[in-house]
Amino acid sequence: MAAKNSVMVFVQQDDGKVAEVSIELISKARELANRVKSKVTAVLVGSGIRKAAESLIPYGVDHLYTVDHKGLAHYTPVPYTRVLTDVIKKYAPQIVLYGATTTGRDIAPRIASALRVGLTADCTDLQIGDYQSKGQTYQNVLYQIRPAFGGNIIATIVSPERKPQMATVREGVMKMSDPDPSFKGEVIEEKVELKPEDFPSEIVERVKQEKLVNLKGAQIIVSGGIGVGSKETFQLIHQLAHALGGEVGASRAAVDAGYVSKDHQVGQTGTTVRPRLYIACGISGSVQHRAGMDESARIIAINTDPEAPIFQIANYGIVGDLKEVIPRFIKAFRAKA
Amino acid sequence: MGLNLIVLVKQVPDTQNITGNAMKEDGTVNRSALPAIFNPEDLHALEAALTIRESVPDSRVHVLTMGPPSAVQVLKDSLYRGADFVALISDRRFAAADTLATSYALKCAIEKIGAYDIVLCGRQAIDGDTAQVGPQTAEKLGINQITCVSEIVELDADKRTITARRSIEGGFEKVRSALPVLLTITDESYPPRPPSAIKMMTYKNATTEMSSGDFDETYLTSGAELKAENTITLWDINAINADPDSCGLPGSPTKVKNIDMVVLKSEEIRMIENTEEAIGGMVHELVADHTLG
Ligand SMILES: Cc1cc2nc3c(=O)[nH]c(=O)nc-3n(C[C@H](O)[C@H](O)[C@H](O)COP(=O)(O)OP(=O)(O)OC[C@H]3O[C@@H](n4cnc5c(N)ncnc54)[C@H](O)[C@@H]3O)c2cc1C
Repeated sequence: MAAKNSVMVFVQQDDGKVAEVSIELISKARELANRVKSKVTAVLVGSGIRKAAESLIPYGVDHLYTVDHKGLAHYTPVPYTRVLTDVIKKYAPQIVLYGATTTGRDIAPRIASALRVGLTADCTDLQIGDYQSKGQTYQNVLYQIRPAFGGNIIATIVSPERKPQMATVREGVMKMSDPDPSFKGEVIEEKVELKPEDFPSEIVERVKQEKLVNLKGAQIIVSGGIGVGSKETFQLIHQLAHALGGEVGASRAAVDAGYVSKDHQVGQTGTTVRPRLYIACGISGSVQHRAGMDESARIIAINTDPEAPIFQIANYGIVGDLKEVIPRFIKAFRAKA
Repeated sequence: MGLNLIVLVKQVPDTQNITGNAMKEDGTVNRSALPAIFNPEDLHALEAALTIRESVPDSRVHVLTMGPPSAVQVLKDSLYRGADFVALISDRRFAAADTLATSYALKCAIEKIGAYDIVLCGRQAIDGDTAQVGPQTAEKLGINQITCVSEIVELDADKRTITARRSIEGGFEKVRSALPVLLTITDESYPPRPPSAIKMMTYKNATTEMSSGDFDETYLTSGAELKAENTITLWDINAINADPDSCGLPGSPTKVKNIDMVVLKSEEIRMIENTEEAIGGMVHELVADHTLG
């Protein structure tokens, strides 16, 4: 049975490997669908993807549409847009979510343009609520929440009049739920006819490195800012992270200064993290930095300036020079643990 | 044969340098207090187009912007850097356009120019950071796109193919496409050339001229020199044959429901003294509640 009005997720895969953000979005879609009393659907496009499709059902997908075609093994915009647009037209979801990845942000605007519907980029939160306009009330509207204006404001965007409502969502901001092996969902194969002219792009080379830094998965993150002062002193950050069994993070200013590579950057233009413990050393706490870490369960701030904004979101604050504080921290931890 | 290149640019408030006096008392951003600048990545797109023109003889660089009359500044700047033709798409009925309505107006303007081979724009504008207008315009034109381009690796004007390197998570991709194609350019390469002093002298008093439907399409093929006193073309909604229902507010499905200032959540903070003893006490607490350990 076709499920109209569903909450749909575009599942991004590469070489049959599903992107984490897609599972995060399925988890969120489940929550939204329960709220608006509809189903969760997902679309997986690729080549040889049956296994990947089945692995997604336990996250709460009622109907998973697959489009399996040799030419679709890797993402390219034109054929993927064709396929997705067809599936969306056929199943008429009320919401479609995409990861705000290079791929998601490449395809979602094309689909929005083809369907002439609204699209909000790089959301950090999604909610359901009512919307009033010109004496009319729209119920169960998707609130698409995102930072704007260089992160200085948070805007709530709605597109109540046209369906589907679409958004790209930042990686790491939605919690991935635990799979439920007993969840009953269905994989449905969609047929497509694609002609050679549907493939104007050819990928001639591709170089991809697995990220060496796993900030998203880290439970403890020790981050250094420009207040660390030098690349040599940044060793202290590495030492504390190592002692606590955590990862090394950084502010953009520290990355720009060359203390550590860009992979370590936390914040609006870096990685969004939500560890059990975040230790900010020599970081002032700009809005853009906070956007990537203020969901951390615990925050310790170490800063010489008692007025630094980072103290306003911290659970523990230490006013002092990190060159003194960090060695004391390591010593204390070694003594206790 | 030369290529027709179209660059889409935007004038934006400089959100990267928000200083104290750009904030209002209630903590909100005072947009009008921010200087208006050429969207940084659009300058890289313009530079990429100028670079192509240098390698493919008889190519032309056209720059389009949609915005209020004050946006002529970015067009003048484009002329100073070497653009051949610039047009301002401006009409009250374009106001409050979201990315969908913007891409529709840009598509109409591009079709007004007629023949084109490569459309270029910056990857995203710093006021919205959406990166949507490029792909939306490509879809409306029914052409291919390569986004997040850091470098054009090869351009074969005879075979009409282009190969570009684009940044993807953790690496890059080289993609070949047939022309026409739309490229969105990042700030990783094509550092913008400075404005030319001679061109600044030529164009500093350039005026905008309304051109309603009488755009001489033959100019693209005639290669005639543009006159200095008529250098900025102004197109309104009729000039580009746009449907008012698809423009501005009526053409924009997204609405801003509300705007919130970023507020710091006021959690209880415990200040720990910078002594071995106090830090030891904190570590002890964190180990006890399994945060550490
Ligand atoms: C569009 C945009 C996106 C951005 N994205 C990001 C992003 O993703 N991530 C990000 O981090 N930033 C981002 N930024 C930059 C951000 O605005 C700040 O410039 C940056 O976060 C500041 O880094 P910082 O805290 O290390 O430096 P500063 O703000 O200079 O703070 C340094 C701090 O170190 C303290 N200090 C100095 N010496 C010591 C010492 N010996 N011991 C202890 N403390 C000391 C100082 O008191 C100060 O508080 C972005 C900016 C823009 C405009």
